[in-house]
Amino acid sequence: MYQYTQDDQTLIDERVAQFRGQTERFLKGELDGDQFRALRLMNGLYIQTHAPMLRVAGPYGLLSSRQLRKLAEIARKYDKGYCHFTTRQNIQYNWPKLEEVPDILAELAEVQMHAIQTSGNCMRNTTTDPLSGVCKDEIEDPRPYCEIIRQWTTLHPEFAFLPRKFKIAVSGALHDRAATQFHDIGLHLVKNDAGEVGFKVFVGGGLGRTPVIGQVIRPFLEKKHLLSYLEAIVRIYNLFGRRDNKYKARIKILVKEEGLEKITELVKQEWQLNKDSLELSDERIESIKAQFAPPAYETNAGLDGSFNDRLQDNPAFATWVQQNTADHRVPGYRAAFISLKAPDAPPGDITDTQLDLVADLADRFSFGEVRSTHRQNLVLTDVKQTDLFTLWQELDAAKLATPNIGSATDIICCPGLDFCSLANAGSIGITREINQALDDLDYLHDLGDIKINISGCMNGCAHQSVGHIGILGVDKKGEEWYQITLGGSSENEAAIGDRLGPAVAKDQITRAVQDILDVYIKQRQEDESFLHTVKRVGITPFKEQVYANH
Amino acid sequence: MQIIKDKKITEDNWQFVADDQDIPQTGDITVSVSRWLNDKDSLTRRGGQTGLRIRSTDTLEDIAGDLAGMPLVELDIAMFGDGRSFSQAWLLRNRYHYRGEIRAVGNYLIDQIFYLHRTGVDAFQLDESRKPEDALAALNDFSVAYQPSVN
Repeated sequence: MYQYTQDDQTLIDERVAQFRGQTERFLKGELDGDQFRALRLMNGLYIQTHAPMLRVAGPYGLLSSRQLRKLAEIARKYDKGYCHFTTRQNIQYNWPKLEEVPDILAELAEVQMHAIQTSGNCMRNTTTDPLSGVCKDEIEDPRPYCEIIRQWTTLHPEFAFLPRKFKIAVSGALHDRAATQFHDIGLHLVKNDAGEVGFKVFVGGGLGRTPVIGQVIRPFLEKKHLLSYLEAIVRIYNLFGRRDNKYKARIKILVKEEGLEKITELVKQEWQLNKDSLELSDERIESIKAQFAPPAYETNAGLDGSFNDRLQDNPAFATWVQQNTADHRVPGYRAAFISLKAPDAPPGDITDTQLDLVADLADRFSFGEVRSTHRQNLVLTDVKQTDLFTLWQELDAAKLATPNIGSATDIICCPGLDFCSLANAGSIGITREINQALDDLDYLHDLGDIKINISGCMNGCAHQSVGHIGILGVDKKGEEWYQITLGGSSENEAAIGDRLGPAVAKDQITRAVQDILDVYIKQRQEDESFLHTVKRVGITPFKEQVYANH
Repeated sequence: MQIIKDKKITEDNWQFVADDQDIPQTGDITVSVSRWLNDKDSLTRRGGQTGLRIRSTDTLEDIAGDLAGMPLVELDIAMFGDGRSFSQAWLLRNRYHYRGEIRAVGNYLIDQIFYLHRTGVDAFQLDESRKPEDALAALNDFSVAYQPSVN
């Protein structure tokens, strides 16, 4: 993974010093609430229901074991012994003290971590496919480009005060596992007719109150023009994006109101004037790529037969391998997901002891690295298949091996009313209830790939509008109600879910989810997935079942 | 009045003349873009120097042809969260090759001085919340940068 140079380290150290000064000025009354708000948000610090919330950047989801141990230490020392992984591969602490945040940032800086631009109206952490570099369907590893973008976005002087937040995601594989079409800019590594690899550029995607699927602004962009083209898009957005209404300030609204054609033209004109001054050299690309060189895989890892024996002997292990591990491009290796969706734990949460354990397991079995995923889990991407049994046993003992990756209980869930001051309704409680209702593993695995996303308000942090089943908490006269959508997807065939009907009451929502799953079981043809069944039969049968009972 | 210019505390006598005020015959003044466009001829014939005060909503193309020889452009930041002025500064320097003074005025924060300077702003209006020594220090908030800009 990328290792900081002296300049990288200097920059984050100076940022800590700057933020320490800002916090002191605020506490002395020299900065008012609004002024400090803009500054603290750019260091990931929110003021929440109970306490501040600090969002730490996980650059494109890649973390070293040393960094995990630091996250654990911070959880113990400054928080309540746990932290939370987000859909954008970041880490959140829910209980830090405002006056201690500069100290936390200083500790993070010791392990090349920071909270820069994890919030605020600026360019955010760039996200990517958690299986980058190891998946079989990859055109090229996107991580070097993510790092190049990370550096370019960090403290960009011209774009620190955009109309609204700005998110970039990069995918290097045929299968989009990074929800790129729902980002302000989505980048797909693609090969053109001449066999050159470049980027297909999407613009104007986004979730939240107005979900929009990104559109192609440039079908093929040469790698050397990556930064100049990004700069052109962001400059046009900075100059012309709406600033009169924060709900209409994202680039998706600009693209929608002005039209893709006009925005494409404006960006092109801007880019033509700037592209020669910001060209990426081959040397620069190669030097960053070298930092993501493959680890020293064993060439005969696939030859050991003990893995197959274990699969035969131990059905629980076989189930976990089937559900929680993914193919690897190197024979004899697999990527092993660590489920942060145990039935009784809030989705995405992890304790300090679990973090320390994962760090040790990463050192022993996966070259000392771990990735966070868009669906709020972790993954050890380079595990020898002969090590999987021991890995599973240790994960299982720490409640990190629930075999539910990609299933209906691998729920994306925001902190909801329990923690967030914006929320209208609880989401963690609903998730727990659905988990309890779907506790039969055979049934769960028979349902197959079902993505349930639950957000506690229309800001949609849990991306409910692209859940196969989306659940959105709404406030009705002080009570928590839930709207349901079906058929959303953030993958290649991107789609926004259709609303099923009126919101249902809190005590009815789990029953409604069960009804939806029952209809799927009845309607599906052979091994047809949930999403395909919804597409084929439409929402009517689901609607009839859900509202017949309520 | 003191300002920061070229990283030094400097005495300054420029005055902004609002659209409803009479133009003085002498002294150095700045005026709005609309006033400039309407009264360009008379403004260039007066005794003192005349510069421009550009709001974040103004279009730079409108004054692009007048920038050569312009002594001062003030970027009027109405709200510190309005980042258009940063792009305007960058465009003035890189696109329009403006070499005169660009001064940040209005409601910006000390914490933005480093960014403003990088995008091409070389002078800073001060006030109660922006003391000269703090503003000077802010120019050095960071000693490294990842991306090219003007500075």
